[in-house]
Amino acid sequence: MNVINDPFTWVAGLLINWLSTFMPPDAVNVTMAVVRAAFLAIFALVMFMVMTWIERKGVARIQNRIGPNLAGPWGLLQPLADGVKALTKEDITPDHADRLVYNIAPILSAVAALIVFAAIPFGPGLIGADMNIGIFYILAVSGMGVLAILLAGWSSNNKYALLGGFRVVAQLVSYEVPHVLSIVAPVMLAGSLSLVTIVEKQPVWFVLVLPASAVIVMLSGMAEIGRSPFDLLDAESEIIAGHHIEYSGMKFALFFLAEYVHAFAVSCIVTALFLGGWRGPDIAGVTVPWLWFFVKAILVFNVMVWARGTLPRLRIDQLMAFNWKFLVPLSLANLIVVAVADRVAQGLELTAGSWPWALVMLTFNTAMIVVAMALVGAAGRRTRMVREAPVEPEVEPHEEAERGLAHGPEPAPTAAGAH
Amino acid sequence: MTILQAVFILISLITLGGGLFTVTAKNLFHAALGLILSLAGVACMFGLLEASFLAGAQVLIYIGAIAILIIFAVMLTRGVMGAYPRTNDQWSYAIVVSLALLAVLIVTLFRFNWPPGAPAAVPADSIGLLGRSLVDPALYALPFEIASVLLVAALIGSIYVARDKR
Repeated sequence: MNVINDPFTWVAGLLINWLSTFMPPDAVNVTMAVVRAAFLAIFALVMFMVMTWIERKGVARIQNRIGPNLAGPWGLLQPLADGVKALTKEDITPDHADRLVYNIAPILSAVAALIVFAAIPFGPGLIGADMNIGIFYILAVSGMGVLAILLAGWSSNNKYALLGGFRVVAQLVSYEVPHVLSIVAPVMLAGSLSLVTIVEKQPVWFVLVLPASAVIVMLSGMAEIGRSPFDLLDAESEIIAGHHIEYSGMKFALFFLAEYVHAFAVSCIVTALFLGGWRGPDIAGVTVPWLWFFVKAILVFNVMVWARGTLPRLRIDQLMAFNWKFLVPLSLANLIVVAVADRVAQGLELTAGSWPWALVMLTFNTAMIVVAMALVGAAGRRTRMVREAPVEPEVEPHEEAERGLAHGPEPAPTAAGAH
Repeated sequence: MTILQAVFILISLITLGGGLFTVTAKNLFHAALGLILSLAGVACMFGLLEASFLAGAQVLIYIGAIAILIIFAVMLTRGVMGAYPRTNDQWSYAIVVSLALLAVLIVTLFRFNWPPGAPAAVPADSIGLLGRSLVDPALYALPFEIASVLLVAALIGSIYVARDKR
């Protein structure tokens, strides 16, 4: 067993050998399961620190700042300083808050983000638990994060927190629909819910086979974790941080942690579903699957940082319209197109996973994206034409109101009066 | 007692305790949380029976959707932060209905033909089997489609109810 190929399995092998010297096999299995779980949790926490550092540095560079640069080389120790600061802050519980629920919410939030990592394949055999329902498990447990945010919003006894909670339900439950519908596409092609099998079925990365699904999963994943430009859950300028407004010190840090751990989890899911997971070329004749997985996941996270640094926040109506009028129909069409394209490829007797097969799938997908964009473009043009059309004086006011023109930039006074 | 039995008893206690808390909690919001604990216990039970897909579906649908809907509804009601009377004047009917349900459950449990001996092994590809049975006309295709039609009817109905009356 090679140390470089798979250092984690190598260390685990050493540990098993050492434990077997004084433990029965069953006890060794149980101990190893506990060790694996602890390792995954600690790993996620370390990644949380790395993620915050990458984000602060990345956004700073986009804004032409330097970012954290005093704590350690390149500000690498900044997350530790932040942690110490959070620990020393006063722990505040608001008056008339529901103490039990108020204290459970941040813990539940962090747990919901951490247990996702049990089903993520970091390399061949390098997975917490290879469940046959892999991706379904991830979707199920990440729904508990919504619950935690709702509990926090309600128990704080604060109207902004409550408003944040309502927004969470509207946004997160809505974006779950295109998220799940688009994840079904790679599941369909791989013929399995297990992330390990999905990665093994990607000699050609699924991002080249199903570009539409990849983009929708990425977008709705960002919306699900409430990252900007979808960060309406904690919009500072509107509801001053929403559900975690009353939380201070370590409890706030737990929400913060959940957000970043979840962001890394989404990066890992996108990597496993669409970017070939641990697949990658050998480096100097050595296969390093775990390294490739991390490189890809960090790159995906950098795309999120990029989006945060460059895009303004959406309005709630724009957010909902984008989801229900664009993403949901597109992902439904995507599902049908992928099924048909796969059948056509089977009819042409192409092996799944080969380059010609990928080309057929890509052609169908591109055609669908072009049609969808043309439809959206036409609808946008139509709206613009209607809005910019000069108000015709001979049109009766009530007719105008019916056609929805009364809200144009220059409403006729009669139309406004009739409303 | 094996470890599996101990885990089973622990999960049962959590499930029943959650259910008991749901009906005795003074605060409606706490009652909803008790319900979630109980539903999570049922999900653990499915996991214990190696029905991983059912466990996932239980968490996704009951905790991720239905419980959130219940909590959302509770949050929209006024004055839920304090205690308030748990019963209204319908409690006598409720007793009759719940006793009738209990009787049906007990009779069913005693009449059920429990298979003797060790349980059968879980098939390796249980998800594929489940999926194929759902679309097999000889098995569950019809109930599956009827449930889908019911959902569509509910969707259209809710849109009609929520529509702006001009």
